Amino acid sequence: MTALLEVRGLVKNFPVNTGVFGRPKSFVSAVDHLDFDLHEGETLGLVGESGCGKSTTARLLMHLVAPTAGTIRFEGRTVGTSELPLKAFRRQVQMVFQDSYASLNPRLTVAESVAFGPLVHGVSRDEAAARANSLLERVGLDPARFAGRFTHELSGGQRQRVNIARALALQPRVLILDEAVSALDKSVEAQVLNLLLDLKEEFHLTYLFISHDLEVVRFMAARVLVMYLGRVAELGATEALYTGSRHPYTTALLGSLLSMDPDHRAESAPIAGDPPNPIDPPAGCRFHTRCSFAEPVCSSRVPVLTPLGSAHSVACHMSEPGSGHGCAPQRAA
Amino acid sequence: MSAVPDGVVAGVAIARSPGYWVTVLWRFSRDPFAVVAALVVLGLIAMAVFAPWLAPQDPFHGMSLRRLRPPGSEGYPLGTDELGRDMLSRLIYGARISLFMGIVPVFAALAVGASIGIVAGYVGGWTNTVLMRTMDVFFAFPSVLLAVALAGALGPGILNSMLALTLVFVPPIARVAESVTTGVRTRDYVEAAKASGAGALIIIRKQVLGNVLGPIFVYAMSLIAVCMILASGLSFLGLGVKPPQPDWGLMLNTLRTAIYTQPLLCALPGLMIFITSISFNLMTDGLRSAMDIKA
Amino acid sequence: MTGVAEPVLDIRNLRVTFTGGAKPVNAVDGVDLSIERGEVVALLGESGSGKSVTLRSILRLHPAKRTRMEGAIHVAGTNVMALEGGALTDFRGKGASMIFQEPMLALDPVYTLGEQIIEAILRHENISTSEARRRALDWFERVRIPSPERRLDTYPHEMSGGMRQRAMIALALACNPKLLLADEPTTALDATVQVQILLLLRDLQRELGLSMLFVTHDIGVAVEVADRIAVMYAGRIVEIGSVRDVIRSPRHPYTLGLLSTRPHGGRLSGNRLPTIPGSPPDLANLPPGCAFAMRCALAADACRIAAPEAVEVGPGHQARCVRTAETARPAGAPAGVSA
Repeated sequence: MTALLEVRGLVKNFPVNTGVFGRPKSFVSAVDHLDFDLHEGETLGLVGESGCGKSTTARLLMHLVAPTAGTIRFEGRTVGTSELPLKAFRRQVQMVFQDSYASLNPRLTVAESVAFGPLVHGVSRDEAAARANSLLERVGLDPARFAGRFTHELSGGQRQRVNIARALALQPRVLILDEAVSALDKSVEAQVLNLLLDLKEEFHLTYLFISHDLEVVRFMAARVLVMYLGRVAELGATEALYTGSRHPYTTALLGSLLSMDPDHRAESAPIAGDPPNPIDPPAGCRFHTRCSFAEPVCSSRVPVLTPLGSAHSVACHMSEPGSGHGCAPQRAA
Repeated sequence: MSAVPDGVVAGVAIARSPGYWVTVLWRFSRDPFAVVAALVVLGLIAMAVFAPWLAPQDPFHGMSLRRLRPPGSEGYPLGTDELGRDMLSRLIYGARISLFMGIVPVFAALAVGASIGIVAGYVGGWTNTVLMRTMDVFFAFPSVLLAVALAGALGPGILNSMLALTLVFVPPIARVAESVTTGVRTRDYVEAAKASGAGALIIIRKQVLGNVLGPIFVYAMSLIAVCMILASGLSFLGLGVKPPQPDWGLMLNTLRTAIYTQPLLCALPGLMIFITSISFNLMTDGLRSAMDIKA
Repeated sequence: MTGVAEPVLDIRNLRVTFTGGAKPVNAVDGVDLSIERGEVVALLGESGSGKSVTLRSILRLHPAKRTRMEGAIHVAGTNVMALEGGALTDFRGKGASMIFQEPMLALDPVYTLGEQIIEAILRHENISTSEARRRALDWFERVRIPSPERRLDTYPHEMSGGMRQRAMIALALACNPKLLLADEPTTALDATVQVQILLLLRDLQRELGLSMLFVTHDIGVAVEVADRIAVMYAGRIVEIGSVRDVIRSPRHPYTLGLLSTRPHGGRLSGNRLPTIPGSPPDLANLPPGCAFAMRCALAADACRIAAPEAVEVGPGHQARCVRTAETARPAGAPAGVSA
């Protein structure tokens, strides 16, 4: 598999408490030195708690917010330069937002919303309308009934189907799904997940599937990236990661999953407290304040992402050879 | 709800839902206060348009013999003014200038203010700061004071007072337009439009305008009553309409000398201003709640 | 439900209709539910199922002008439907109190948490302010807020989501209510925090012998806290029974579907998920028969004619379905979640 999308050193700091002359007093470190590849045809899951930078990552990839630093390359061409202008890039990568209601213009009909993108890219009116109709049909909404409707006349599941059709209207190769099913009821969620599986196969799509729901990510993704406070905690093939997590945070996250078994209810919480505030995040490893294995090195040095095998890597001093942590493996000779 | 003609797009018959404004109209029609107010407004406008046919007498023709007749006098149902002119005819003709002076400056201000506000709101950053702080400078003056000062500086006359009123209403409209646009700019559907590669102009035209013009328009409508009162005030002070033009504000001024002899007569132009402004206000209130459609 | 003692909560044939819109909306359509002392019942359902409306009816939180309420609600012998004015205000907090999904909206931003709890205690009890503060501090310790003395003087926005929810629980329990109502209290929280709050609620429930009605859309959460689960669909309770019965041998097709449609433990990765077709019905336009019939694979003609009565399918286990014979699984082959 080749890397379709390469993210290198992506950083985003949001200024807060802007001073009198627009000089920010402090920053929210939303995304901090994020590196990852998105391979052609795969589904990469992106998980983490609120404030971990999942949604910011999605918006950075779409260039809806400007990165503080870092590069994004699509098929080896740097996005936003003359190699690959933004408009051309956005034909290839599209996004589905979490809030299905807010992401559709209340004054436009369903068909107008779907046809908007193609019209912007110079597709003729008839062609755009035809494309909108066939896509609505494909996502399970009969165009004769739904094309002329407005957002407030649709259910949550129907609206999210429209959003998916809208994202597909430019015939992109990558779809960023930012908590795309999180707001849906469980019975509807399953329908939309199935739809996403079918569309992926039919249109040869690559997904970046962002969610806080670990069960859904396990179902959808082949690889999973775990983020904590703006940094990568662990990255690996889904089953390897779910059954053999190496980062204490991943382990805690998986330990927080509810058993669904009345005879095996949760006995104790895997970690105490809430995620810290991303304004002034903890120094060193950002997880050390909640980690039961933390040692002095964890609060002083940032752990590097260490490969553990072909497709599994983790940013933890316990897995980094010679890091100085008591549990760290010896440096290879 | 009325049926909307169904369209055929690319071979598929599309059942089109009633559009936004059809729904708004339907909801508006269920608010009795607003409907009555709207009918009154329509009546007033009709009165202004058809004044020559409706007025029983010449509004300019006076006779000192029949000065200050009380309402209910024979041949003069609403009495006569201080120069013996028919009050009913003058009130009917007065609607022309009074409504004109109330509506035109607001619409002129709507065009200018909404443009400034939408640009400031959508572009944001320094553009926003510069535009909106400039507006704030004007907004800091009480509107009556500003209107009087501007009209005074420009000199009396209908045109000048309308210009002054327009300038008075640009800042508040710009401010509302800016805040509404800022709210819409950060909505996900605008982000989605950006993500589809659309430029700023297309996004403003296709995605933003439809969502911001409604609230801005409603706000501007609510200013018509204020504008009428200000215009009447300017005329009252001698800065607007010149005698013998019939204008409700001016009539209020010239009749005030008779307030002790014919109080009922003096109140009539004031009553017209009151009815007009309250009708506009009730109508806008109804429109505002009719436009507030939720899922 | 044959206990000699009077139930803490007793709802009989509750109907709630919202009349504010163009068409009346039948949000709750004949709910019967009773909770024994010290029992936790989870009301499980999707959006629009009427679970939150039922919960809010117990505190009579719906605007009286636009709501028609019928049926009977008794909390520890108090006829809630008959309460008016001061008696109703008194009942809220002392008779039954509520934990909301979003504590930030339920807590007052301009008062410190301590002030809000003290005020609530003083409203219901005739004790001194210093005594009330001592009680508030005691509750903060019980909900395990670290450095409680200091936290008592903080404002809601100065706390993290999990801490706010703990404070909300302390506020709800401060007046020793007979019944605790919880409206999706962990939905807005992160997974690692959700477990902590669920464990806290379970511990407090055991410690204090609380009676609790817990509304959630998440089966996993219901399993963690509840003794019994009541599944709601389109304003009716379609299945009720002990947690084990409902999870292991669900008998209503909707419950069956809900349990199988969830990806769990990676058991379905890569394959399509089993789904319930269609979407929930329009509450302003309910079909005459079973509201689930149009999405149900087992639906027969009888289902579309009249709403099915509750069928006793096991001890304390009922399902509103005419085809429970078909949904029964042979012993030893549990439906829904399998290990």
